[in-house]
Amino acid sequence: MKRIALALALAAASPALGDSNLPPAYWANRQLPDPKQEEQAQALMAELRCLVCQGQSIADSDAELAGDMRDLVRRRIAAGEKPNTIRSWLVQRYGSWISYKPTDEPAAWPLWLAPLALLVAGGWLARRRIRLKAEG
Amino acid sequence: MSRGLRLIPIILLLWLVAGLAWRLVKPGDTAIPSQMVERSVPSFQLPAAIPGKPGLASPDLATGQPRLLNIFASWCVPCVGEAPVLRELQQRGVRIDAIAVRDTPGALNAFFARHGNPYERIGADRHSEVQIALGSAGVPETFVIDGKGVIRRQYIGPLSASNIPGVLRELEEVR
Repeated sequence: MKRIALALALAAASPALGDSNLPPAYWANRQLPDPKQEEQAQALMAELRCLVCQGQSIADSDAELAGDMRDLVRRRIAAGEKPNTIRSWLVQRYGSWISYKPTDEPAAWPLWLAPLALLVAGGWLARRRIRLKAEG
Repeated sequence: MSRGLRLIPIILLLWLVAGLAWRLVKPGDTAIPSQMVERSVPSFQLPAAIPGKPGLASPDLATGQPRLLNIFASWCVPCVGEAPVLRELQQRGVRIDAIAVRDTPGALNAFFARHGNPYERIGADRHSEVQIALGSAGVPETFVIDGKGVIRRQYIGPLSASNIPGVLRELEEVR
């Protein structure tokens, strides 16, 4: 009996959420009336990283801060700001961490060089195999 | 194929497994530090969060005196744990301003009735706008700001009693 009561109490309990009681910001879950601008905003939001659910983009995340960031992005796009200006404004605050788009900083060079290196290695392996077959 | 070459996939696999195991045992630091440290507080103006306390604007943080800027919210549980530390700092003469993120006057007043109010000014940041402009990624966070309004240090997460000497020393250093 006690166990059932405990289970019921647990089922009915509301979780202690780390969220405010305020509704989402105006543009958090609303599309901009201009489809061109909304498209720009969507593309940018898909490339901005959520600070709360790290690993999700702010377009995907349900976190309140992500909603507030979508609001910020849409308002700035609606005001005529370029997506790259908004991105660099955020990078100035959170570092390149905030953007999923790889940069051309030296830290990202291995990323750009990896496909080339793999292609060269693959070509070398293939050449060896072809040659071995031709000889055999 | 030579023996050495044949071992390469196994070595790569072991390396991968070792890397995964290491990160499982020792997870990486998920805090995102603000890049605004050592830079001036961005220009902003926030309305008062509760009646009777003034709101907060960027010039209020460049008064010639170092101060703390606490980013908090009444709905934030770690902020409750931090409250006694901030009260202690205020009693030792530290001037603390605050930005209340996504909050209402009613909820804030209830929070202050339970945990005290160590703040001189409280700005209401209803859509986390100024929080984002400061490069803050969550609540609570505390910025040490010098007399010229330059951010000198960021504390991510709640301050604990063991932070008090450090904070006092930093406020003295940036004077």
